[in-house]
Amino acid sequence: MIKVISANRALAEAVRLARPQVIPVYPITPQTSISEYLASFVADGDLKAEYIRVESEHSAISAAVGASGTGVRTFTATSSQGLALMHEILFAAAGLRNPIVMGNANRALSAPLSIWNDQQDSISQRDSGWMQFFAENAQEALDFVIQAYKISENKDVLLPSMICIDGFILTHTVEPVNIPDQEDVDNFLPTYQPKHAYLDPKDPMSLGTFTDPDYYMEARYDMEVAMERAKEVIRTVNKEFEEVFGRKYDLVENYRCEDAEIILVAMGSICGTIKAVIDDLREKGEKVGLLKVIAFRPFPQEDIYQAVKNAHRIAVLDKNISFSIGGVLYNEIKAKIDVDASSFILGLGGRDVSPEDIINIIKQTRNPTEPDVITWVGLKEEE
Amino acid sequence: MEIPEEEFLAPGHRACAGCGATIGVRLALKMLGENTVAVSATGCLEVITTPYPETAWKIPWIHVAFENAAAVASGVERALKSQGKSDVNVVAFAGDGGTADIGLQALSGAMERGHNIIYICYDNEAYMNTGVQRSGATPYGASTTTSPHGKESFGEDKPKKNIPMIMAAHGVPYVATASISYPEDFMNKVKKAKETDGPAYIHLHQPCTTGWGYDPSKTIELGRLAVETGSWILYEIVDGEFKVTYRPMQRKPVNVYLESQKRFKHLADEEKERIQNYVDQICAELKI
Repeated sequence: MIKVISANRALAEAVRLARPQVIPVYPITPQTSISEYLASFVADGDLKAEYIRVESEHSAISAAVGASGTGVRTFTATSSQGLALMHEILFAAAGLRNPIVMGNANRALSAPLSIWNDQQDSISQRDSGWMQFFAENAQEALDFVIQAYKISENKDVLLPSMICIDGFILTHTVEPVNIPDQEDVDNFLPTYQPKHAYLDPKDPMSLGTFTDPDYYMEARYDMEVAMERAKEVIRTVNKEFEEVFGRKYDLVENYRCEDAEIILVAMGSICGTIKAVIDDLREKGEKVGLLKVIAFRPFPQEDIYQAVKNAHRIAVLDKNISFSIGGVLYNEIKAKIDVDASSFILGLGGRDVSPEDIINIIKQTRNPTEPDVITWVGLKEEE
Repeated sequence: MEIPEEEFLAPGHRACAGCGATIGVRLALKMLGENTVAVSATGCLEVITTPYPETAWKIPWIHVAFENAAAVASGVERALKSQGKSDVNVVAFAGDGGTADIGLQALSGAMERGHNIIYICYDNEAYMNTGVQRSGATPYGASTTTSPHGKESFGEDKPKKNIPMIMAAHGVPYVATASISYPEDFMNKVKKAKETDGPAYIHLHQPCTTGWGYDPSKTIELGRLAVETGSWILYEIVDGEFKVTYRPMQRKPVNVYLESQKRFKHLADEEKERIQNYVDQICAELKI
């Protein structure tokens, strides 16, 4: 069924279809309507779930860990300050190998206070052990949630997933979304039945124990192995998803990259703008392409390499800043792949990125004035 | 009172000799039985009972962090409910720091939401796991490593934060104070908490041999002195009805309690008198 809805609504619909049993959630702009949609689904009996109106994001993720640890499918959602407040427990959720799925409405971090979009919040949780998937549009928000449960709950992975949707640009913008049938989702996504860890008086286990230096490193190494294995699991789940629902995904999306001289690398909603610009420029004979990074963790270095290896130069667009070193995606690509690249910091705190900005980025990448310069797009001159 | 033989906290854990916390947990679990899931906050109890790959817990147990035992218990309780296992008891154990200080928000939220959980604060009146730092539950006059006595200081200069009454103000159906030195009183309260439909809070006073500074053989004795001097009062609040559950035959002077612990040894008569007056005032109100 096709409905014209926001990404928040699409994400909530996906959660309804995935049938989590416990949903602890705390409202925060621009995630709030996800909390509201889920509350109304439960109130109307459209979703049989325990909805916990927690008193903070810290308790939202803590209750999610408790619920997931008990052995049930669990969902929560947050944004920005809320995600930052969860920080400590994100590591615990991953370390306890809880396959929680969380929606994150990407929003800038304070100070100064901003409710608008950038991706600093989820990027700052990079090392927590969560998989991160960035959606370009509302359809992807929906599709990624359904697939994320299957990926996270896979016995070879057992790591939580974060579905990242750009605040306001996606969360509050409506577009046509294909909502799958419950039956198809039920067949695609069987009930979660953990074998590795659960709280059940019939089979007592101790979860989250105190660990001395003899064991801690192995626990962390197991997570690294799982994160690597997740790449293959993601591909498998993507294929299964395509067979049932007809939409094709991968760790990255190559958009007209094959013969491209200049390739832009970006994540999230900005990819829509970039695609439109590329189509225009291609009409004019310019060989430009887009590499959309969907999975930021696990980091798809091989996929990125294969896509960009023949390009003259790439431009990496970051809606985040790691002070004194630059955009995180840029630096990660540069660390892993020997490629000529320009770095662009843009869209922080909701600063609009126009098609003209993209055209200028492409121009600047084609004719770099000096190597390794970091360009802040649309930065106002000091007055 | 019939006390079940079966133990759900196994011996061989890493607690200090004379540890009051583990006595409390043992007694509580005897009343709760095997059909129970336990949640622990970070702290002594978690560290001493679960040195991987060993565990002292014979029932399912989870630890996530310091300040979130009540929130984790909320999630466990609702997950069990969604699995049709509402008959399973969910108990959270947290120390006084994990309850009165860093965990207060999560605890308040869980109590106000009305989860069917039993929250037991094992109160040894300071951060003992990290070496005796002052918490909100540290009593007036106690010397700790962050409220040390010295030329300009007699130690902790604020009275103990009254968490049981803060819990009572949440309107939860069962609130009680207890002491490990009065096992029947405590176990009876655990039984009532278990039978309560909704949240139950028990504030369990338990002496700490290292933090308080006394011989490990004296743990039970110290707990008794706290109650017999009126320094710790045993009561319960059932659906808003307050009742003292134990009245000492004759209240002993507070000095007996203070002088048997290193943490109060430095106190001058003036402060001791102030403490005695404070205790007298509370006991007068409660006719103890």
